[in-house]
Amino acid sequence: MSRFRVAVHIVPRRGILDPQGKAVSEALQSLGFQGVGDVHVGRHVVLDLETANAESARGAAGEMCRKLLANPVIEDFEIASVSAL
Amino acid sequence: MKFGIVTFPGSNCDYDAYRAVVDTLGEDAVYLWHKAHDLEDADVIVLPGGFSYGDYLRAGAIARFSPIMREVAAHANRGGPVLAICNGFQIACEAGLLPGALARNEGLSFLSQPVYLRLENRETLFTSRYEHGDILRMPIAHGEGRFTADDATLVRLEGEGQVVFRYVNREGEPVASANPNGSLGAIAGIVSDGGNVLGMMPHPERALDSLLGSTDGLALFESMLARVSV
Repeated sequence: MSRFRVAVHIVPRRGILDPQGKAVSEALQSLGFQGVGDVHVGRHVVLDLETANAESARGAAGEMCRKLLANPVIEDFEIASVSAL
Repeated sequence: MKFGIVTFPGSNCDYDAYRAVVDTLGEDAVYLWHKAHDLEDADVIVLPGGFSYGDYLRAGAIARFSPIMREVAAHANRGGPVLAICNGFQIACEAGLLPGALARNEGLSFLSQPVYLRLENRETLFTSRYEHGDILRMPIAHGEGRFTADDATLVRLEGEGQVVFRYVNREGEPVASANPNGSLGAIAGIVSDGGNVLGMMPHPERALDSLLGSTDGLALFESMLARVSV
C-alpha cells in the first residue's frame, strides 16, 4: 500500500444559477479587471489516502465525491490531482 | 398519536416542534437522539430545522449518515409519515427521501422573515385541513433554501401534484418578487412520490400562536392527526 494525496474540485453544476460566482465576477469587473467572464466558486477538498496505486486512489476519491463530497443534483466534481506522498 | 422528533447536533427547532406537538396539539412526543437506532414506536417522524453538523460540507450532507436516519428511511419506505422542515428538508433531500436539492439563496443572504405561501395540493396527509388555494403566512429562516431539481423531476413534481406549497405574494400570485430565495417554480414544499414525506423550507411549527404572528401552521398538524391512525 502507498499513500497518495488527492485533490478534488467541486463546483456548482453548469447551467444552475451560481449567485456567489456571479457576485465575485461583478466585483472583479468593478475593480477594473478586464475580460472577466463567468466565475464559479466551489470547494477544494484534499484527501490523504492509503491505496494500492494512484489509479485506485483516483477511483476511491471519485466514489467519495459521488456518495458524499458532491451533490450530483447541483454540483460537478473533478479530480484535480493525484500525487504520491 | 406519537411524534418522534430527531435531534442532531446543531438542531435548534426540535424544541419548537416538541412544543407544537405537546402544548398545542396535546399529543405525545419524544426526542430521538441522532445516534439512536430506535424510533420508539413514533407514528410520525419530524426532521426539525437547525444547522445539523454546522452545515459542514453542505446543509444536511452529514446528518443523513447519522444512525437514526437508517431507521427514518425504513419508516418512510414503509409509508410512515415524515415531516421535514427547513434543515430537515435539506437532510431529506440529501438522504434521497425527497427529490431535488436546496442550494444557496439566490441573493446569498440568510433570510429570516415571514412569507406568503399558496396551498397547491390539499390531497395529502399533511394538508387535508386546508382549502385548495389557501394563502398562508409562515416564517422562513434559511441560507440554503433555493429548491433545485432537473427538468424531468420538476415536470414530474408539478404533474403529479407533489408541489404542496409555493411562494406567492399577499394576493396569492407567484410573482418573482415573492420568491425569497430563487426556488425553481417558486417551490416552497413538496411531497415524496409516495406522499408520506413532506419537505418544506417554511416553519409551520412556528406559526401556531397568534402572539407570534400566525396560526396558519396549525392545520398542517391537525391534518396529520386526522389522517394518521394510531
